[in-house]
Amino acid sequence: MAILFRRVALVQLAPRLGDVEYNLNLIEHGVQRARAQSAELVVFPELAVTGYFLKDMVSTVALRIDGPEVARLASLSRGLELIVGAVEESEDYRFFNSALYFRDGELTYIHRKVYLPTYGLFDEARYLARGDRIRCFSSALGRTAILICEDLWHPSTAYIAALDGAVALVCPSSSPLRGISEGKDHDDNAAYWELLNAVYAQTFGVFVVYVNRVGFEDGVGFWGGSEIVSPVGNRLAKAKYYEEDFVVADLSLKEPRRQRVQAPLLRDENLDLTIRELQRIQRCRGTLGHQECGESHADCEGETDAGLEER
Amino acid sequence: MPASRNAETAAATPCAGQRATSAHRTCPSIPTNPPLLRRILTAFIDNEVRKVGLTRVVVGLSGGVDSATSCLLAAEALGAENVLAIKMPYRTSSPESLAHADLVIARAGVPSLEIDITPQIDAYFARFPDADRVRRGNKMARERMTILYDHSARWQALVLGTSNKTELLLGYGTLHGDMASALNPLGDLYKTQVWALAEHLGVPAEIVRKQPSADLWAGQTDEAELGFGYREVDRLLYCMVDLRYSRAELLATGFPEPFVRRVSEMVRNSQFKRRLPIIAKVSQRTIDRDFRYARDWGV
Repeated sequence: MAILFRRVALVQLAPRLGDVEYNLNLIEHGVQRARAQSAELVVFPELAVTGYFLKDMVSTVALRIDGPEVARLASLSRGLELIVGAVEESEDYRFFNSALYFRDGELTYIHRKVYLPTYGLFDEARYLARGDRIRCFSSALGRTAILICEDLWHPSTAYIAALDGAVALVCPSSSPLRGISEGKDHDDNAAYWELLNAVYAQTFGVFVVYVNRVGFEDGVGFWGGSEIVSPVGNRLAKAKYYEEDFVVADLSLKEPRRQRVQAPLLRDENLDLTIRELQRIQRCRGTLGHQECGESHADCEGETDAGLEER
Repeated sequence: MPASRNAETAAATPCAGQRATSAHRTCPSIPTNPPLLRRILTAFIDNEVRKVGLTRVVVGLSGGVDSATSCLLAAEALGAENVLAIKMPYRTSSPESLAHADLVIARAGVPSLEIDITPQIDAYFARFPDADRVRRGNKMARERMTILYDHSARWQALVLGTSNKTELLLGYGTLHGDMASALNPLGDLYKTQVWALAEHLGVPAEIVRKQPSADLWAGQTDEAELGFGYREVDRLLYCMVDLRYSRAELLATGFPEPFVRRVSEMVRNSQFKRRLPIIAKVSQRTIDRDFRYARDWGV
C-alpha cells in the first residue's frame, strides 16, 4: 500500500498590532508561498490577523463571521486548507480568541480558545470571552483538534482531543520569549514548549503542529521556533527562533498507527475510571486545601495514603 | 508590589509558608547567556526603532559599562552610522570617563558629539548657590536628557536608554533624567548580566572592570553610595523579584536581615519612579486605568 503524505506549511510571521489590513496582506503572501509549494494545509499563529497585546483594541479589530475579512480569508483557501488566528465577534457581541479553519473556499470550523491566560504578563480574560468546547474536525491530516496556545498547557485539552480520536493537534500560538539559561540558543519558554510538544506527540500518538509568531510588541518578543513533531517523536519541521520563517513538511499518515501499535496507551485508557475520579475530585475540590493542612472532609479523605501503606 | 509584601501575605497561610521555606536553602546564581541576550536585544532595538518609521538612535555615553553596552548593541542592530553617541561632560567629570567614552566610540565606530554642560549648569546654580550635590547631580542628569531629546528631534532618532534592572529596581537613577528614554535594551538585565554581556560584545576591559560611578561629583562610586556591592544586591534582587523568595526564605539563604530590609524598602519606595504620574480619575475612561492600549497602538 502506498504511504500517504500530506504537506503542511507553517507561516511564522510578525503581525503588526491592530493593523488588520497589513496582517491580511501578510497572510495572503504566506498562502501564496504555501500554494507554490503545493501545501495542503497552511497554518498561521494565534491572532495572526490582529497581533497579541490588543487590550482596548479588541472590539475594533474583531472579525464578524459574515464580514469581508472572513470572506477574503475564505477565498484565499481555494484549493487548500487554512488555519488562521483572529478575534471573532459573536452574534451576541462577545469577543473570542479564535482559530478559523477554512477549506476550499469555506469556513467550516472554529475553535474558540478555552484557557485565557490572565496572570504574569497575560491579561486575556479581561478582554476576551472564554470558549467552552474542545472538538475534532476532519482536515487533510485526518481527525484534527485545534488548541490555541495556553489551551495546550492544560493536559486535559490534549487528552480530550486524543480520546475523541484526534491524530493531529494544531496549536496556533503567540508565545512570548522569557527566561534565560546558560548555554542555549533559545529562551526557557521555548525549551518548555518543545518539551511539551514532544511529550504530547508521543504520549497521545498524534502530530503536534505548533505555529508561533515572532516580532516585538511593547518590548515583549515572541520566540518563533514553530515546529511539527510526529507521533513517534521526530521533529519533521523546525522554524528559526526569533525571526520570520516559513517551513513545510510532509507528514506520513501512517505514523499515528505506528506509534499506537508500539505504545497502545489510548487503547488502554480507562475512561470510566477517569470520569469517576474526576467527578469525585469535582465534588471535593473545594475542601482539598483543608485536607492538606490536616483537616479532613468525610467524602474526600486521602484514601491513597492508607492504600500505599497496606501494600 | 515588592516581594517582601508578597512574603507577608504568604506567611499568613501557615501551610503554604512552611512548605515554601523548606523548599529553598540556597539562592541560585543569576543566569547569563550573552550570545542569546545579544541576539534578543539587537532584534529588539531593530524592531522597535523601525516600527515607528525611524532608523536611528541617540545615546548618551558616560564612559560607563551600561551606556557602552547599549551603544554597541545599537551599532550592531542598526549599523554604526545610525547611532549618534553624545558625550556630555561637566567640569568636574572625571577625565577618565571621557577617555573611556572615546574608547567606546572608537570600538563601535559611531559618529559622536561632545557637548559640555558646564555653562548651562553653572548659569542655573549661580542663582541657587546653596544647592547640595544631589540637586546638582539630578539637574545634570536632566540637562543631559534635554540634550539627548533635542538631538533625537534634530536627527530623527529615538533616545536609547541605558538604565539596568538593578538601578531601576533600587530607584538609583534620576527621574526624567538618565531614566528617560524611548527604548531601553538593558532594563531587564541586572548589572551582573550587563557586565557579562559587555565583555561578550567587546566593551574595553578597563570599562567593564572599573568601579561603577554616576560621576556626578569627584570620587563618587555607586557601591560606596549605596552601601553594598552590585553582585551582592543582584543576587538578592534576583531571588526576591524574579524567583519571588519570601522574606523568610531570603534570610534562610544567608542574606543579612538589615540588607534584606533596606533593599526591600528601596524597591518599594522608588515605585513612583517606574510609573506615570498619578492622574485623578473623574471620567469614565481614564488614561492607563480604563483607557488601555499598548504603546504599539500608536505605530
